[in-house]
Amino acid sequence: MNTVGIYFRINKKLDHFTLDLEYEFERGVLVIQGESGAGKTTILNCISGLETPDGGRVSLDGRVVFDSAAGINIPTRQRNIGYLFQNYALFPNMTVHQNIIYGIKNKPEYKEKDKREGLLEYAEEVMETFGIAHLKKKHPNRISGGEKQRVALSRAIVTKPSLLLLDEPFSALDQQTKEAVYRQFTDFKKSFQIPTILITHDAAESEMFADSRILIKTGKIINS
Amino acid sequence: MLSPILLSLKIATIATIFSFILGVFFAYILGKKNVPGKNIWETILILPMVLPPSVLGYLLLVAFGKRGIIGSFLLETFNIQIVFTWIGAVIASCIVSLPLMYQNVKSAFISQDPIYERAAQTLGSSEWKIFRTVVFPLAWPGIISGIVLSFARAIGEFGATLMIAGNIPGKTQTISTAIYFAVESGNTELANKLVMIMVLFSFALILVLNSWLKKRNYTGKQG
Repeated sequence: MNTVGIYFRINKKLDHFTLDLEYEFERGVLVIQGESGAGKTTILNCISGLETPDGGRVSLDGRVVFDSAAGINIPTRQRNIGYLFQNYALFPNMTVHQNIIYGIKNKPEYKEKDKREGLLEYAEEVMETFGIAHLKKKHPNRISGGEKQRVALSRAIVTKPSLLLLDEPFSALDQQTKEAVYRQFTDFKKSFQIPTILITHDAAESEMFADSRILIKTGKIINS
Repeated sequence: MLSPILLSLKIATIATIFSFILGVFFAYILGKKNVPGKNIWETILILPMVLPPSVLGYLLLVAFGKRGIIGSFLLETFNIQIVFTWIGAVIASCIVSLPLMYQNVKSAFISQDPIYERAAQTLGSSEWKIFRTVVFPLAWPGIISGIVLSFARAIGEFGATLMIAGNIPGKTQTISTAIYFAVESGNTELANKLVMIMVLFSFALILVLNSWLKKRNYTGKQG
Protein backbone atom coordinates (compact mmCIF):
# COMPACT_ATOMS: atom_id res chain seq x y z
CA MET A 1 0.00 0.00 0.00
CA ASN A 2 1.21 3.50 -0.89
CA THR A 3 4.63 2.38 -2.07
CA VAL A 4 4.89 5.20 -4.58
CA GLY A 5 4.00 8.81 -3.95
CA ILE A 6 2.85 10.83 -1.01
CA TYR A 7 0.00 9.76 1.20
CA PHE A 8 -1.47 11.50 4.22
CA ARG A 9 -4.45 10.96 6.45
CA ILE A 10 -4.64 13.50 9.24
CA ASN A 11 -7.03 13.87 12.12
CA LYS A 12 -6.36 16.64 14.58
CA LYS A 13 -8.64 18.57 16.88
CA LEU A 14 -7.99 22.31 16.59
CA ASP A 15 -9.51 25.16 18.59
CA HIS A 16 -12.57 25.74 16.40
CA PHE A 17 -12.85 22.64 14.22
CA THR A 18 -11.31 19.24 13.58
CA LEU A 19 -8.84 18.74 10.79
CA ASP A 20 -9.92 15.57 9.06
CA LEU A 21 -8.64 14.72 5.60
CA GLU A 22 -6.98 12.09 3.47
CA TYR A 23 -5.19 12.43 0.15
CA GLU A 24 -2.67 10.68 -2.05
CA PHE A 25 -0.68 11.94 -5.00
CA GLU A 26 2.14 10.44 -6.98
CA ARG A 27 4.24 13.34 -8.20
CA GLY A 28 4.13 16.99 -9.24
CA VAL A 29 2.63 19.83 -7.26
CA LEU A 30 -0.37 19.37 -5.04
CA VAL A 31 -1.94 22.70 -4.22
CA ILE A 32 -3.93 23.00 -1.03
CA GLN A 33 -6.15 26.01 -1.37
CA GLY A 34 -8.27 27.55 1.34
CA GLU A 35 -9.06 30.69 3.30
CA SER A 36 -6.83 31.72 6.19
CA GLY A 37 -7.62 29.74 9.29
CA ALA A 38 -8.79 26.71 7.30
CA GLY A 39 -6.02 24.56 8.80
CA LYS A 40 -3.61 24.66 5.82
CA THR A 41 -0.39 25.28 7.75
CA THR A 42 -1.36 22.67 10.35
CA ILE A 43 -1.53 20.09 7.54
CA LEU A 44 2.07 20.91 6.54
CA ASN A 45 3.18 20.87 10.18
CA CYS A 46 1.60 17.44 10.68
CA ILE A 47 3.23 16.06 7.54
CA SER A 48 6.64 17.44 8.52
CA GLY A 49 6.31 16.27 12.12
CA LEU A 50 6.43 19.74 13.66
CA GLU A 51 2.97 18.99 15.05
CA THR A 52 1.56 15.60 15.94
CA PRO A 53 -1.87 14.62 14.61
CA ASP A 54 -4.31 12.95 17.01
CA GLY A 55 -4.62 10.16 14.49
CA GLY A 56 -3.71 9.24 10.93
CA ARG A 57 -0.88 8.12 8.72
CA VAL A 58 1.77 9.81 6.59
CA SER A 59 3.96 7.97 4.12
CA LEU A 60 6.54 9.19 1.62
CA ASP A 61 7.25 6.78 -1.24
CA GLY A 62 6.30 3.85 0.97
CA ARG A 63 8.31 5.06 3.98
CA VAL A 64 5.86 5.49 6.85
CA VAL A 65 6.85 8.53 8.91
CA PHE A 66 3.71 8.68 11.01
CA ASP A 67 1.14 6.04 11.87
CA SER A 68 -0.91 6.52 15.01
CA ALA A 69 -2.24 2.96 14.97
CA ALA A 70 1.24 1.44 14.68
CA GLY A 71 2.77 3.97 17.09
CA ILE A 72 5.18 5.34 14.48
CA ASN A 73 6.23 8.99 14.75
CA ILE A 74 9.57 9.67 13.07
CA PRO A 75 11.07 12.96 14.34
CA THR A 76 11.03 15.91 11.92
CA ARG A 77 14.80 15.89 11.48
CA GLN A 78 14.73 12.33 10.13
CA ARG A 79 11.81 12.78 7.73
CA ASN A 80 13.83 14.36 4.92
CA ILE A 81 11.15 16.90 4.10
CA GLY A 82 12.03 20.34 2.76
CA TYR A 83 9.93 23.12 4.26
CA LEU A 84 9.69 26.68 2.98
CA PHE A 85 8.08 28.74 5.73
CA GLN A 86 5.79 31.66 5.05
CA ASN A 87 8.34 34.23 6.24
CA TYR A 88 11.24 32.07 5.03
CA ALA A 89 12.83 31.64 8.50
CA LEU A 90 16.37 32.29 7.23
CA PHE A 91 18.77 32.20 10.17
CA PRO A 92 19.69 35.86 10.76
CA ASN A 93 23.01 34.97 12.38
CA MET A 94 24.29 33.16 9.28
CA THR A 95 25.23 34.26 5.80
CA VAL A 96 23.24 33.16 2.76
CA HIS A 97 25.83 30.45 2.06
CA GLN A 98 25.79 29.20 5.65
CA ASN A 99 22.00 29.09 5.52
CA ILE A 100 22.01 27.06 2.33
CA ILE A 101 24.55 24.46 3.42
CA TYR A 102 23.08 24.18 6.95
CA GLY A 103 20.99 21.13 6.07
CA ILE A 104 23.75 19.52 4.00
CA LYS A 105 26.05 19.52 7.02
CA ASN A 106 23.54 17.35 8.88
CA LYS A 107 23.70 14.63 6.24
CA PRO A 108 25.74 11.56 7.26
CA GLU A 109 27.50 11.69 3.86
CA TYR A 110 28.91 15.12 4.74
CA LYS A 111 31.33 13.41 7.13
CA GLU A 112 32.87 11.47 4.24
CA LYS A 113 35.40 13.68 2.52
CA ASP A 114 34.81 12.52 -1.09
CA LYS A 115 31.04 12.82 -0.82
CA ARG A 116 31.22 16.18 0.94
CA GLU A 117 32.66 17.81 -2.18
CA GLY A 118 29.73 16.52 -4.21
CA LEU A 119 27.18 17.88 -1.74
CA LEU A 120 28.82 21.30 -1.69
CA GLU A 121 29.07 21.38 -5.47
CA TYR A 122 25.37 20.61 -5.70
CA ALA A 123 24.67 23.54 -3.35
CA GLU A 124 26.71 25.78 -5.70
CA GLU A 125 24.71 24.51 -8.70
CA VAL A 126 21.40 25.22 -6.96
CA MET A 127 22.57 28.71 -6.03
CA GLU A 128 23.58 29.33 -9.65
CA THR A 129 20.22 28.04 -10.88
CA PHE A 130 18.36 30.40 -8.58
CA GLY A 131 20.65 33.33 -9.37
CA ILE A 132 21.73 33.88 -5.78
CA ALA A 133 25.40 32.86 -6.00
CA HIS A 134 26.46 36.51 -5.74
CA LEU A 135 24.67 36.87 -2.38
CA LYS A 136 26.66 34.12 -0.67
CA LYS A 137 28.43 36.29 1.86
CA LYS A 138 25.49 38.52 2.71
CA HIS A 139 23.28 38.17 5.75
CA PRO A 140 19.52 37.69 5.23
CA ASN A 141 18.69 41.17 6.55
CA ARG A 142 20.75 42.66 3.68
CA ILE A 143 18.83 41.05 0.80
CA SER A 144 15.44 41.71 -0.80
CA GLY A 145 12.20 39.77 -0.27
CA GLY A 146 12.46 37.99 -3.61
CA GLU A 147 16.07 37.03 -2.88
CA LYS A 148 15.12 35.74 0.56
CA GLN A 149 12.48 33.57 -1.03
CA ARG A 150 15.00 32.06 -3.46
CA VAL A 151 17.55 31.48 -0.70
CA ALA A 152 14.91 29.75 1.43
CA LEU A 153 13.82 27.59 -1.49
CA SER A 154 17.43 26.68 -2.27
CA ARG A 155 18.03 25.82 1.39
CA ALA A 156 15.00 23.53 1.36
CA ILE A 157 15.96 21.66 -1.80
CA VAL A 158 19.76 21.23 -1.54
CA THR A 159 19.19 18.38 0.91
CA LYS A 160 17.33 16.53 -1.87
CA PRO A 161 14.13 16.04 0.15
CA SER A 162 11.55 13.35 -0.68
CA LEU A 163 8.84 15.99 -0.34
CA LEU A 164 8.83 19.75 -0.45
CA LEU A 165 6.34 21.80 1.56
CA LEU A 166 5.74 25.41 0.55
CA ASP A 167 3.65 27.51 2.90
CA GLU A 168 2.27 30.54 1.03
CA PRO A 169 5.67 31.05 -0.64
CA PHE A 170 4.58 34.10 -2.63
CA SER A 171 2.40 35.92 -0.10
CA ALA A 172 5.17 38.10 1.35
CA LEU A 173 6.24 39.41 -2.07
CA ASP A 174 5.09 42.56 -3.85
CA GLN A 175 3.28 42.19 -7.19
CA GLN A 176 6.29 43.03 -9.36
CA THR A 177 8.57 40.55 -7.60
CA LYS A 178 5.84 37.93 -7.71
CA GLU A 179 5.76 37.91 -11.53
CA ALA A 180 9.48 37.13 -11.71
CA VAL A 181 9.30 34.55 -8.95
CA TYR A 182 6.34 32.82 -10.65
CA ARG A 183 8.42 32.36 -13.80
CA GLN A 184 11.28 30.98 -11.78
CA PHE A 185 9.03 28.64 -9.90
CA THR A 186 7.69 27.24 -13.16
CA ASP A 187 11.29 26.52 -14.23
CA PHE A 188 12.02 25.02 -10.83
CA LYS A 189 9.07 22.66 -11.17
CA LYS A 190 10.40 21.38 -14.47
CA SER A 191 14.05 21.00 -13.46
CA PHE A 192 13.86 19.58 -9.93
CA GLN A 193 10.87 17.22 -10.11
CA ILE A 194 10.42 17.03 -6.31
CA PRO A 195 6.91 16.09 -5.14
CA THR A 196 5.60 19.32 -3.66
CA ILE A 197 2.70 20.49 -1.55
CA LEU A 198 2.02 24.18 -2.06
CA ILE A 199 -0.35 26.10 0.15
CA THR A 200 -2.08 29.19 -1.10
CA HIS A 201 -5.26 31.18 -0.67
CA ASP A 202 -4.82 32.60 -4.18
CA ALA A 203 -6.88 30.86 -6.89
CA ALA A 204 -4.66 32.22 -9.69
CA GLU A 205 -1.52 30.71 -8.12
CA SER A 206 -3.35 27.47 -7.66
CA GLU A 207 -4.34 27.47 -11.34
CA MET A 208 -0.79 28.26 -12.40
CA PHE A 209 1.10 25.55 -10.50
CA ALA A 210 -1.27 22.75 -9.58
CA ASP A 211 -0.91 19.26 -11.01
CA SER A 212 -3.54 18.24 -8.50
CA ARG A 213 -5.54 20.40 -6.17
CA ILE A 214 -7.65 20.23 -3.04
CA LEU A 215 -9.81 22.94 -1.62
CA ILE A 216 -10.26 22.88 2.12
CA LYS A 217 -12.67 24.57 4.47
CA THR A 218 -12.63 24.28 8.27
CA GLY A 219 -10.33 21.30 8.12
CA LYS A 220 -12.11 19.23 5.48
CA ILE A 221 -11.64 18.69 1.77
CA ILE A 222 -14.60 20.21 -0.02
CA ASN A 223 -13.42 19.66 -3.56
CA SER A 224 -10.56 17.81 -5.26
CA MET B 1 45.60 48.32 47.68
CA LEU B 2 46.14 46.01 44.72
CA SER B 3 45.40 42.78 46.56
CA PRO B 4 41.65 43.35 47.18
CA ILE B 5 41.24 44.52 43.57
CA LEU B 6 42.91 41.43 42.12
CA LEU B 7 41.03 39.15 44.49
CA SER B 8 37.72 40.80 43.57
CA LEU B 9 38.46 40.29 39.87
CA LYS B 10 39.37 36.64 40.45
CA ILE B 11 36.27 35.96 42.56
CA ALA B 12 33.93 37.79 40.18
CA THR B 13 35.38 36.05 37.10
CA ILE B 14 35.04 32.55 38.55
CA ALA B 15 31.59 33.32 39.98
CA THR B 16 30.46 34.66 36.57
CA ILE B 17 31.70 31.53 34.79
CA PHE B 18 29.63 29.35 37.12
CA SER B 19 26.58 31.59 36.99
CA PHE B 20 26.88 31.62 33.17
CA ILE B 21 26.83 27.80 33.00
CA LEU B 22 23.99 27.49 35.52
CA GLY B 23 22.07 30.47 34.13
CA VAL B 24 22.13 29.24 30.53
CA PHE B 25 21.23 25.70 31.62
CA PHE B 26 18.28 26.74 33.78
CA ALA B 27 17.10 29.41 31.31
CA TYR B 28 16.95 26.80 28.55
CA ILE B 29 15.30 24.10 30.65
CA LEU B 30 12.80 26.38 32.40
CA GLY B 31 12.25 28.77 29.50
CA LYS B 32 11.78 26.24 26.74
CA LYS B 33 10.73 22.95 28.31
CA ASN B 34 7.73 21.82 30.29
CA VAL B 35 9.40 20.88 33.53
CA PRO B 36 7.41 19.79 36.59
CA GLY B 37 7.62 22.35 39.39
CA LYS B 38 8.80 25.05 37.00
CA ASN B 39 7.50 27.93 39.17
CA ILE B 40 9.18 26.57 42.27
CA TRP B 41 12.55 26.20 40.51
CA GLU B 42 12.26 29.69 39.10
CA THR B 43 11.38 31.17 42.49
CA ILE B 44 14.39 29.49 44.09
CA LEU B 45 16.68 30.88 41.37
CA ILE B 46 15.37 34.43 41.73
CA LEU B 47 15.12 34.41 45.52
CA PRO B 48 18.70 35.67 46.15
CA MET B 49 17.73 38.88 44.36
CA VAL B 50 15.13 39.78 46.99
CA LEU B 51 16.59 38.20 50.12
CA PRO B 52 18.60 40.50 52.42
CA PRO B 53 22.34 39.73 52.06
CA SER B 54 22.49 38.87 55.77
CA VAL B 55 19.84 36.18 55.32
CA LEU B 56 21.71 34.77 52.35
CA GLY B 57 25.01 34.90 54.22
CA TYR B 58 23.47 33.13 57.19
CA LEU B 59 21.96 30.41 54.99
CA LEU B 60 25.33 29.92 53.30
CA LEU B 61 27.01 29.62 56.72
CA VAL B 62 24.45 27.04 57.77
CA ALA B 63 24.95 25.04 54.57
CA PHE B 64 28.72 25.39 54.15
CA GLY B 65 29.85 25.71 57.77
CA LYS B 66 31.89 22.89 59.35
CA ARG B 67 28.70 21.37 60.72
CA GLY B 68 26.54 22.25 57.68
CA ILE B 69 25.26 19.54 55.33
CA ILE B 70 27.50 20.51 52.42
CA GLY B 71 30.33 21.95 54.52
CA SER B 72 30.83 18.82 56.63
CA PHE B 73 30.69 16.61 53.54
CA LEU B 74 33.33 18.69 51.72
CA LEU B 75 35.56 18.82 54.79
CA GLU B 76 35.40 15.10 55.55
CA THR B 77 35.57 13.85 51.95
CA PHE B 78 37.90 16.30 50.21
CA ASN B 79 39.35 18.23 53.16
CA ILE B 80 38.01 21.44 51.63
CA GLN B 81 36.90 24.27 53.87
CA ILE B 82 34.54 26.88 52.45
CA VAL B 83 33.99 29.30 55.30
CA PHE B 84 36.61 32.09 55.55
CA THR B 85 38.15 31.20 52.18
CA TRP B 86 37.91 32.88 48.79
CA ILE B 87 35.89 29.85 47.56
CA GLY B 88 33.16 30.93 49.99
CA ALA B 89 33.23 34.39 48.39
CA VAL B 90 32.90 32.78 44.94
CA ILE B 91 29.85 30.82 46.09
CA ALA B 92 28.23 33.94 47.59
CA SER B 93 28.94 36.01 44.45
CA CYS B 94 27.70 33.25 42.17
CA ILE B 95 24.42 32.90 44.04
CA VAL B 96 23.68 36.64 44.12
CA SER B 97 24.57 37.10 40.45
CA LEU B 98 22.72 34.04 39.15
CA PRO B 99 19.25 35.71 39.10
CA LEU B 100 20.56 38.46 36.80
CA MET B 101 22.15 35.95 34.46
CA TYR B 102 19.07 33.73 34.49
CA GLN B 103 16.59 36.56 33.84
CA ASN B 104 18.58 38.03 30.95
CA VAL B 105 19.28 34.73 29.22
CA LYS B 106 15.73 33.45 29.71
CA SER B 107 14.25 36.65 28.21
CA ALA B 108 16.60 36.25 25.24
CA PHE B 109 15.54 32.62 24.75
CA ILE B 110 11.81 33.13 25.01
CA SER B 111 11.71 36.27 22.87
CA GLN B 112 13.18 34.33 19.94
CA ASP B 113 10.82 33.44 17.13
CA PRO B 114 10.38 29.63 17.37
CA ILE B 115 10.25 29.44 13.57
CA TYR B 116 14.08 29.24 13.46
CA GLU B 117 14.13 26.14 15.62
CA ARG B 118 11.44 24.61 13.44
CA ALA B 119 13.40 25.41 10.29
CA ALA B 120 16.52 23.83 11.80
CA GLN B 121 14.51 20.72 12.68
CA THR B 122 13.30 20.33 9.11
CA LEU B 123 16.93 20.67 7.99
CA GLY B 124 17.92 17.64 10.04
CA SER B 125 19.41 19.18 13.20
CA SER B 126 19.37 17.52 16.59
CA GLU B 127 18.23 19.52 19.62
CA TRP B 128 21.83 20.05 20.75
CA LYS B 129 22.84 21.30 17.30
CA ILE B 130 19.85 23.64 17.18
CA PHE B 131 20.92 25.00 20.55
CA ARG B 132 24.53 25.50 19.43
CA THR B 133 23.87 26.95 16.00
CA VAL B 134 20.56 28.81 16.34
CA VAL B 135 19.18 29.33 19.87
CA PHE B 136 22.45 30.31 21.57
CA PRO B 137 23.84 32.62 18.83
CA LEU B 138 20.50 34.42 18.46
CA ALA B 139 20.36 34.93 22.24
CA TRP B 140 23.92 36.29 22.30
CA PRO B 141 23.04 39.95 23.07
CA GLY B 142 20.94 38.82 26.05
CA ILE B 143 23.68 36.44 27.16
CA ILE B 144 26.29 39.22 27.02
CA SER B 145 24.01 41.48 29.08
CA GLY B 146 23.65 38.66 31.59
CA ILE B 147 27.41 38.13 31.77
CA VAL B 148 28.22 41.82 32.23
CA LEU B 149 25.51 42.48 34.81
CA SER B 150 26.37 39.32 36.73
CA PHE B 151 30.04 40.23 36.74
CA ALA B 152 29.23 43.74 37.96
CA ARG B 153 26.97 42.33 40.66
CA ALA B 154 29.60 39.76 41.67
CA ILE B 155 32.37 42.31 41.93
CA GLY B 156 30.21 44.53 44.13
CA GLU B 157 28.98 41.72 46.40
CA PHE B 158 29.39 42.62 50.07
CA GLY B 159 26.97 41.31 52.71
CA ALA B 160 26.84 37.59 52.06
CA THR B 161 30.56 37.55 51.18
CA LEU B 162 31.46 39.19 54.49
CA MET B 163 29.45 36.62 56.41
CA ILE B 164 30.81 33.53 54.72
CA ALA B 165 34.31 34.61 53.74
CA GLY B 166 35.04 37.31 56.31
CA ASN B 167 37.58 40.06 55.72
CA ILE B 168 41.03 38.54 55.88
CA PRO B 169 43.49 40.87 54.08
CA GLY B 170 45.27 39.06 51.26
CA LYS B 171 43.02 36.04 51.61
CA THR B 172 39.35 37.00 51.45
CA GLN B 173 39.33 40.80 51.48
CA THR B 174 37.57 42.11 48.35
CA ILE B 175 37.17 45.73 47.19
CA SER B 176 33.75 46.00 48.82
CA THR B 177 34.86 44.69 52.20
CA ALA B 178 38.10 46.69 52.01
CA ILE B 179 36.08 49.90 51.49
CA TYR B 180 33.84 49.11 54.45
CA PHE B 181 36.72 48.43 56.81
CA ALA B 182 38.75 51.38 55.49
CA VAL B 183 35.85 53.68 56.41
CA GLU B 184 35.40 51.93 59.76
CA SER B 185 39.03 52.46 60.67
CA GLY B 186 39.03 56.06 59.43
CA ASN B 187 41.31 55.40 56.41
CA THR B 188 39.38 57.79 54.15
CA GLU B 189 42.18 58.03 51.60
CA LEU B 190 42.11 54.31 50.83
CA ALA B 191 38.30 54.30 50.87
CA ASN B 192 38.23 57.18 48.35
CA LYS B 193 40.64 55.45 45.99
CA LEU B 194 38.79 52.16 46.09
CA VAL B 195 35.40 53.84 45.67
CA MET B 196 36.72 55.77 42.67
CA ILE B 197 38.05 52.57 41.07
CA MET B 198 34.76 50.78 41.70
CA VAL B 199 32.61 53.59 40.23
CA LEU B 200 34.81 54.03 37.14
CA PHE B 201 34.96 50.30 36.52
CA SER B 202 31.19 49.82 36.78
CA PHE B 203 30.56 52.93 34.64
CA ALA B 204 32.88 51.66 31.90
CA LEU B 205 31.33 48.21 31.97
CA ILE B 206 27.77 49.44 31.52
CA LEU B 207 28.82 52.03 28.92
CA VAL B 208 30.60 49.44 26.77
CA LEU B 209 27.70 47.02 27.09
CA ASN B 210 25.11 49.59 26.08
CA SER B 211 27.03 50.79 23.04
CA TRP B 212 27.70 47.22 21.94
CA LEU B 213 24.04 46.24 22.24
CA LYS B 214 22.96 49.26 20.20
CA LYS B 215 25.30 48.21 17.40
CA ARG B 216 23.72 44.77 17.03
CA ASN B 217 21.90 44.69 13.73
CA TYR B 218 19.81 41.60 14.17
CA THR B 219 17.50 40.62 16.97
CA GLY B 220 16.54 37.10 16.03
CA LYS B 221 13.03 38.30 15.29
CA GLN B 222 11.72 38.11 11.78
CA GLY B 223 11.57 41.42 10.01
